[in-house]
Amino acid sequence: MVASSHTLTVTTPSDREIVMTRTFDAPRELVFEALTKPEHMKRWWGPRGYTLPVCEIDFRPGGAYRFVSADAEGNEYVFRGAYREIVPPEKIVWTFEFEGMPGMVSVDTMTLTEEDGKTTITSTSVFDTVEQRDGMLESGMETGAAESYDRLAELLEKLQENNS
Amino acid sequence: MTTQQLNITFAALADPTRRAILARLASGEATVTELAEPFAVSLPAISKHLKVLERAGLILRGRDAQRRPCRLRAAPLGDAAEWLGDYRQFWEESFGRLDEYLQVLQEREEKDGRK
Repeated sequence: MVASSHTLTVTTPSDREIVMTRTFDAPRELVFEALTKPEHMKRWWGPRGYTLPVCEIDFRPGGAYRFVSADAEGNEYVFRGAYREIVPPEKIVWTFEFEGMPGMVSVDTMTLTEEDGKTTITSTSVFDTVEQRDGMLESGMETGAAESYDRLAELLEKLQENNS
Repeated sequence: MTTQQLNITFAALADPTRRAILARLASGEATVTELAEPFAVSLPAISKHLKVLERAGLILRGRDAQRRPCRLRAAPLGDAAEWLGDYRQFWEESFGRLDEYLQVLQEREEKDGRK
């Protein structure tokens, strides 16, 4: 693969799904450890400039986790969820919720594949919207006819171009 | 922006006809008849779509009882775009840090291996 595989690729292949891929110069076992142990997570999880003062992980199927991310001003952002499936060092499935946006829950599946000593993480987030859970739209029409975020992204791009 | 507003925005955008209507309105206001022209659906069907878009705050309708021209209200779209952008940035930066940290871990392992 070309060097660009080290950049994050974000695609939106189907309804309510966001897929991210990123390749790392490290063996799969090590990447898996870095994704699952608090002492490692604290070194990388969150945007640059943010720390992770709290990282509680009960790493087993059904086990909960809770992360508190903090910025330089001391503002705290809480993320939480539970592990659903664990297959070391290949796969982790968990739920993900930002406390600042309650109700917006995604089920994230992370798969790790290794080739020539490099590991590729593929993360799929499936968003469970209120509409989907309730089985109806606000309008009461076109239930569940959600289209892909790809087309949304295209539209947003187009609209922004037109507005600028 | 609330989760509820974001859900309503995404739901309103989850239909190809409604997206086409918004794309059309991006180039200027239009009446229901004008909006219905490119579609093989009835005027009442277009009106229903416009009601969904109006409730989602994505369009505004004029007061003129005869024409009631529609125009785009882009603010909720901006919020949706911002949310997607934040999501991407969060993971771009996290994975960038993970990449660097994995190098540190491997160097450490190599050193320990040599001892």
